[in-house]
Amino acid sequence: MTAAAIDTATPSPPPAFYQEHEHAHAEGGSTMLGFWIYLMSDCLIFAMLFAVYGVLGHSYAAGPSPKDLFELPTVAVNTTMLLLSSITYGFAVLAMQQGNRTATLAWLVVTALFGLAFVGIELNEFAHMIHEGAGPQRSAFLSAFFTLVGTHGLHVSSGIVWMVTLMVQVGVHGLTDANKRRLMCLSMFWHFLDVIWIGVFTFVYLLGFLR
Amino acid sequence: MSADTDAHAHPDQPHHATLKGYLIGFGLSVVLTAVPFWLVMSGAIDNKTATTIIVMIFAVVQILVHMIFFLHMDARSEGGWSLMALGFTLVVLFIALTGSLWVMYHLNTNMMPSVPNMSEMP
Repeated sequence: MTAAAIDTATPSPPPAFYQEHEHAHAEGGSTMLGFWIYLMSDCLIFAMLFAVYGVLGHSYAAGPSPKDLFELPTVAVNTTMLLLSSITYGFAVLAMQQGNRTATLAWLVVTALFGLAFVGIELNEFAHMIHEGAGPQRSAFLSAFFTLVGTHGLHVSSGIVWMVTLMVQVGVHGLTDANKRRLMCLSMFWHFLDVIWIGVFTFVYLLGFLR
Repeated sequence: MSADTDAHAHPDQPHHATLKGYLIGFGLSVVLTAVPFWLVMSGAIDNKTATTIIVMIFAVVQILVHMIFFLHMDARSEGGWSLMALGFTLVVLFIALTGSLWVMYHLNTNMMPSVPNMSEMP
C-alpha cells in the first residue's frame, strides 16, 4: 500500500503489537555466536576425555607409566609448532583485514605447514609408543591417553583440511564477506585447539612426568 | 525508521584483531609455555607438589591469555552472549570434572581395599 492511502484513510494508524519493520540481519550475522557455541560443546567433549584420563590415568596394569613413555623435548617441539601456527594464523587474519589476498594465502600456507608438522610429530610419537608395545590396548592409562591426545590430533587434522579448503575458496573467489566469515570461524577453531593443547601438555605430559 | 535501523545495526567487523594484540599474546604464551617445561625438565624445584601447583597456575593463566588475545573474548563480544555461553560451559565443565574425579576416587578406595598396588609389584 502507498503512504498517501494511509494518510487519507487512517490519520492515526492502529496500534501495532508486532514489529512492523523487521530490522535487517546481515547474512551470517549470528554465525560467530553459533560457532562459538559449537566450540563450547566441543570443549565439553574434551572435558569428558580429560575426566576419563583423570580417572584412569593411574591404572597402568603393570605396564609403562608416563615417565617411561613421554619424551618432553619432543612435546616441547610439538607445542612450539602449534604456538607458531597460532601466531601465523593471527597474521593471516591481519592480512585479511587489510584485504591483502596474497599475504592471507601465504600465511595460511605457513599455518597449515606448522599444523602438518604438529600432526606428523604426534603420529611419529604414537607409532613409536605402539612399536614399543605401549598401544591403546596395553592399559587403561594408555587407552585414555590415546583417546584424549588422538581426539585433539584429529581436530587439528580436520582444521588443516578446512584450511586447505578455504585456501582454494579464497584463491578462486577472493576475500568475499562469506570467505572472511569462514576464515574468522577457522581462526576461532584453530586458537581453540591451541587452548585445548595447553590442557593436554600440562595435565597429561608435564604432570604425568612429575608423578 | 532510519534511527530504528541504526539502533539495531550489527557491526560488520566485531573482531578488532591488531598486530600488537597478537604479538603481546604470543610473547606471553612463549613465556608461559617455556617456564613450566623448564621447571619440569630441569627439576628446578625439589618439591613435586609445589611444581605441580605452579605448572597448573601457568596453564590457567596461559588459557586466559589465549582467550583474550587470540580468541578476542571480552564482555562485549556478541552482546555478552559469548561470555554467557563460556560461563555456562565452565560450570558444566567444573561439575563434570570434579564430580568424576571425586566419585571415582571414592569408588576406588571403597571397592578395592585388598588388591595390592599393581604398579609396585615386580
